[in-house]
Amino acid sequence: MTELTLASAITSGLRHALAQDDRVVIMGEDIGRLGGVFRVTDGLQRDFGADRVMDTPLAEAGILGTAVGLAYRGYRPVVEIQFDGFIYPAFDQIVAQVAKLHYRTRGVVRMPITVRVPYGGGIGAVEHHSESPEAYFTHTSGLRVVTCSNPQDAHWMVRQAIASDDPVIFFEPKRRYWVKGEVEDAMQAAPPLDRARVVMEGADVTLVAYGPLVATAIDAAVAAADEGVSVEVVDLRSLSPVDFETVEASVRRTGRLVVTHEAQQFGGLGAEIATSVTERCFEHLRSAPVRVTGHDVPYPASRLEEHFLPDLDRLLDGIDRALGRVNSLTGWSAPAGRPA
Amino acid sequence: MSSVVVSSSREVDAASGAPHDEPTRLQRPGEQLVTMLAPDGTRHPNPPLDHFVADLTPERLLALHEDMVTVRRIDMEGVALQRQGQLGLWPPLLGQEAAQVGSARALRSDDFVFTSYREHAVAYCRGIAIDTIMPMWRGTAASGWNPFEFGMAPPAIIIGAQTLHATGYAMGCAKDGVDSTAIAYFGDGATSQGDVNEAMVFAATYSAPVVFFCQNNHWAISEPVGLVARRPLADRAPGFGIPSMRVDGNDVIAVMAATRWALERARSGDGPSWIEAVTYRMGPHTTSDDPSRYEDPLEREEWAAKDPIDRLERHLEQLGVLGDAHRAAVKEKADATAAAMRAACVGLPDPEALKLFDHVYTEPTAWLNRQRSQYEAYLAMFEGGDEA
Ligand SMILES: Cc1ncc(C[n+]2csc(CCOP(=O)(O)OP(=O)(O)O)c2C)c(N)n1
Repeated sequence: MTELTLASAITSGLRHALAQDDRVVIMGEDIGRLGGVFRVTDGLQRDFGADRVMDTPLAEAGILGTAVGLAYRGYRPVVEIQFDGFIYPAFDQIVAQVAKLHYRTRGVVRMPITVRVPYGGGIGAVEHHSESPEAYFTHTSGLRVVTCSNPQDAHWMVRQAIASDDPVIFFEPKRRYWVKGEVEDAMQAAPPLDRARVVMEGADVTLVAYGPLVATAIDAAVAAADEGVSVEVVDLRSLSPVDFETVEASVRRTGRLVVTHEAQQFGGLGAEIATSVTERCFEHLRSAPVRVTGHDVPYPASRLEEHFLPDLDRLLDGIDRALGRVNSLTGWSAPAGRPA
Repeated sequence: MSSVVVSSSREVDAASGAPHDEPTRLQRPGEQLVTMLAPDGTRHPNPPLDHFVADLTPERLLALHEDMVTVRRIDMEGVALQRQGQLGLWPPLLGQEAAQVGSARALRSDDFVFTSYREHAVAYCRGIAIDTIMPMWRGTAASGWNPFEFGMAPPAIIIGAQTLHATGYAMGCAKDGVDSTAIAYFGDGATSQGDVNEAMVFAATYSAPVVFFCQNNHWAISEPVGLVARRPLADRAPGFGIPSMRVDGNDVIAVMAATRWALERARSGDGPSWIEAVTYRMGPHTTSDDPSRYEDPLEREEWAAKDPIDRLERHLEQLGVLGDAHRAAVKEKADATAAAMRAACVGLPDPEALKLFDHVYTEPTAWLNRQRSQYEAYLAMFEGGDEA
């Protein structure tokens, strides 16, 4: 066990993958000499050479498209997209090619590509540097989409993602890159890549979170406990597929569901989770599922992001809503002339 | 003869700057640049291009000098403001003053400019008040000025996206039968992007009056231009049927001549042109970058000797027009501009929370109105009382 930051836990995971399998290649912008803008690939080019750790031209479609070709040759490309907002030029290659080739070829062609994406807000960045585009990818069949919330998961999950024969989009919560935690190298204790984890047990409300908001959710659960409310926090880890068994089991116990994510609400993962849970265990729900999410506006300028991002207070308000306690909607009415 | 390039329209020889109407030419490696002002300040005649800058009287040259000194000062202030926590980020333009000022001063007010994030000098030359450049970098707004007021779009952070916008704008100008043009600014790294290559295809197909202005500052964050180009970037355009010129980007006169050459082609219906302004990024990529991890200090030193402002100053000295009084006046103006910029920046208030919901759509939507009102109600819970 070593104490590592979330970022260096990923570096260490990449290092293991490079050492274990010489078909693993890492590709991306500035990942070589610079070690990536977040230094996640720091030292890897020095140790494994520029053939294995490749600085690429500045062309996201090019990076993903050539990764497809490398995968045909039996390589396992690990691609770094520099920031969340820069994945869109590669979107076509990911959703129209990477995601479909296994299906189209009836299982003959495999695309063991891992796409690492630093994502999410809260670091005061300029536009295109704070986005949470996970729903675009979870909406695409054939991709696995995962995210991590702590150094241990980050380490295990990146190795599992690279080892997976399916393409995996690995969203890294950039504002948690610098949090530290104990990291165990051995894979024996690692839960499967698509398994959710109950990080705090509770009896009154299930709070489902992932990535950057897991820490906020834990803070909210601690604060709620002070008010006598017992919150169970579930860290989804895998966003596609979602481990509904774990979520459902929790909701059956608590009878209430709050889902939170930074991404905009409309058409987001919260909608999918709320609906699926409602379908699966409606009779156990004691109140309607609640979403606490980013607003349905483009990610704002950084001096407004505190209003965009769900924080402790908004989570507590969401919990109050699920409990029917006084909350932001108590006594709320729709704007004049419109039904609520 | 593997690199014979066929081009449909008038071209300028990359090495000499000589325009010619031959449809076919041999693309030379092009390590020679169109330079009119030598690093020692001597003005070398360039017959094919001289007429483009015949109006550059000493007074006009002094004005270009003032522009460059001012934008360098603005840039220094931007870096300082970021270091002091007043700006979230600043992408410096140090070393690229001539490329930006020389090209921007060649434009007409009815031309439209599409830039990436580093072109503060272009914004300055468009008459955009420096304090409207700040909100985006301070994080109080997603952009500053009204694009239609100044003929300049907000900066594009997605690499290369703006080259397509410029091309489309230029297609619109041609459809409308006006002789306005569009210019796209982008870096050497951007030339790898699909968007930039698609922009060249569209521009050539529709003979769009667009100028592709590539500032080859030798770096795309940590990646040297050699990583993406085996040949000069100016050599790419002819393959698309677009004539190109490789110009000394630290020579404000040559940059202006090259831009006017391209603009004239655009205005007279000859379609797109491509300029590679060869310059050097004399500092970090942005204030978050650490060039010590990758940059060669010797290379930077070499480029320091080709500084664009020093070079023009030597020329102005040779002309005998750069007196101490002028220097002092220019410095004073630059300092005053920087002081105003600082005051405007520090004085920028944080936006009100509910501004978050403004301008998502041109017409309000019921869904968003509801979300806004709910958030308003949520915020109201905190008013007066203590939090939570
Ligand atoms: C699509 C996209 N990918 C990656 C980035 C991150 N990024 C910002 S600037 C930059 C380097 C750009 O280099 P260049 O085009 O040469 O322009 P310069 O910054 O040198 O002026 C990179 C990789 C981005 N902004 N957009």
